[in-house]
Amino acid sequence: MLSSIKARQIRIAYLFLLPAIIVFTLGLIVPLANTFELSFNRLSMGSRWEDRDYVGADNYARMVDDAHVLSSVGVTLRFAAVVLAAELVIGMGLALLLEKPIKGAAIFRTIFILPLMVSPVAVGLIWRYLLDGRIGLVNHYLGLLGIPAQTWLGDPNLAFFSIVITDIWQWTPFIFIILLAGLQALPSEVLEASRIDGANWFQMTFLIKVPMLRSILLVTILMRLIDVFRALEVIFIMTFGGPGRSTQVLSLHIYKTAFTSQTLGYASTIAVVLMFLMLVLSLGLLLFSNPLKERADF
Amino acid sequence: MSVLRSIRRANRSSLLQYAVLIALALIALGPIIVMFVTSFKTQVDIMSSDSMWVFQPTLDNYSHVLDNKFDLFLRNSVIVSLASTGLSLLVAGMAAYALARLEFPGRSPIAYFTLIIRMVPPAVLAIPIFILWLNWELFLFDLIDATPFLYELENPDPYLFAEGLIDGRVGLTLFYTALNLPFAVWLLIGFLRQIPTEIEEAAIVDGATQWQVFTRVIFPLMRPGLAVAAIFTFRISWNEFLLALVLTDRNTRTLPVGITLFLTEQGVQWGRIMAMGTLIVIPPLILTFVAARQIIAGMTAGAVKG
Repeated sequence: MLSSIKARQIRIAYLFLLPAIIVFTLGLIVPLANTFELSFNRLSMGSRWEDRDYVGADNYARMVDDAHVLSSVGVTLRFAAVVLAAELVIGMGLALLLEKPIKGAAIFRTIFILPLMVSPVAVGLIWRYLLDGRIGLVNHYLGLLGIPAQTWLGDPNLAFFSIVITDIWQWTPFIFIILLAGLQALPSEVLEASRIDGANWFQMTFLIKVPMLRSILLVTILMRLIDVFRALEVIFIMTFGGPGRSTQVLSLHIYKTAFTSQTLGYASTIAVVLMFLMLVLSLGLLLFSNPLKERADF
Repeated sequence: MSVLRSIRRANRSSLLQYAVLIALALIALGPIIVMFVTSFKTQVDIMSSDSMWVFQPTLDNYSHVLDNKFDLFLRNSVIVSLASTGLSLLVAGMAAYALARLEFPGRSPIAYFTLIIRMVPPAVLAIPIFILWLNWELFLFDLIDATPFLYELENPDPYLFAEGLIDGRVGLTLFYTALNLPFAVWLLIGFLRQIPTEIEEAAIVDGATQWQVFTRVIFPLMRPGLAVAAIFTFRISWNEFLLALVLTDRNTRTLPVGITLFLTEQGVQWGRIMAMGTLIVIPPLILTFVAARQIIAGMTAGAVKG
């Protein structure tokens, strides 16, 4: 009797999961399995799936020596490091500065999340316009300060700097808002006790608040890192990886290998490697922030 | 005396805080305002450097954008966003309920798998999706070619029917749902945790089936969580560019793909881009002002607990 009730519950549970399993299978697992299989094949654009050539590990061997893959890994890591460092420092600084609850904070917070809601394509287009060498507002205002016009998106170093600035504009609010929420959720007894013990601002900030935010900081870093590895739309619109390969992040390199060079098999190989990198990051994220852990039975 | 001084000091520090906040708001809004302002400029005004904020506003860009298949792109975007949002909520709600409330073997691996799948980059998906969709089309056409009865049929045209099946919008709805599902499930599990189980138990005791408990008790109680999930799903589906670029054609293009048509070989039509950009940004903008609290709740859900 009891076991039949249990069996029924199990059946019901799987029925509730069925739609999700179907969507995941059709939408993610089948495509990813195809990517994996394709990474051992050669397939050019316009050919049919049946026409693929099995080449074993050739694609992987080729990738090891591929300077373009290495350079795009380098660009991705450099981009991730620079934007994360900048966004963390700025976001943390602002959160500490604006920590005190203040009248009208809600409206400001609303304004700050606007850059996050704007379509990445629109963000890319807006900044491409702002940074345009001839008609861009950035050069216009720098000109008023006596700084000569720059070709922001035409020079390798400046182009990299440009996509960094754009990312900072769009994503610092995300970090700021999370850290602000974290700061305001810190237990007030601890802060009160340290104040009574005579801790100064510096000690309060760097010896008490920041260490207490450690796990939030880690999660935020990992979430942003995963996003940086996934996203390519803003860069796609602003520079399409150029000039040269100065802004060609790995995602964009995969896209161009598949759809510009039209080598779908080789692109899949690079995609598999990117997936592996992301998997490591995600496992790290789970290690530090596991939404399932709160209930001991997971 | 010292009280007065501390009040004055407090005011000074709030004043500083407001000054910083206003400066930040200007930085956040600036580029969006520039887009809005530029959308009312002629190409000539955009190209001349002297008239940044002073110019004769025109609606030409908007009328050009609206005359160029904007309604088609808009319809496609609305269909795909609403369909994938609705589907995500239903599917994620059911999955979250099973994962948070029911006991079954494999629960833990499935839960972890759901969380990890969050990382899949769209660029990785774009390749197999492109091939699968293309082959699916060829397969259907082959099937019709090989079937004499279908091959000769003219009304209804089987090829048209096949094209309907491979409609890029169907694919986009599926892939957006799959991409959004992990976050939605993750979020809803968190919300379900805060709902006491006594209500469900009472309903079961009163003779309700599990499905009735879900639709009549849990789904309504989850509404705040569903609202947050809906906003994030809609935002992704409305804004997504890469998969839409790969999967749609002339007739199924969504707005973010449509706007890039103004990046032509002959030059960039900035005025029209900014006009269309403004129109694309309106729904998320409205959503932000209506539901800022929910958006912030969703953003902090993963990182800040309690």
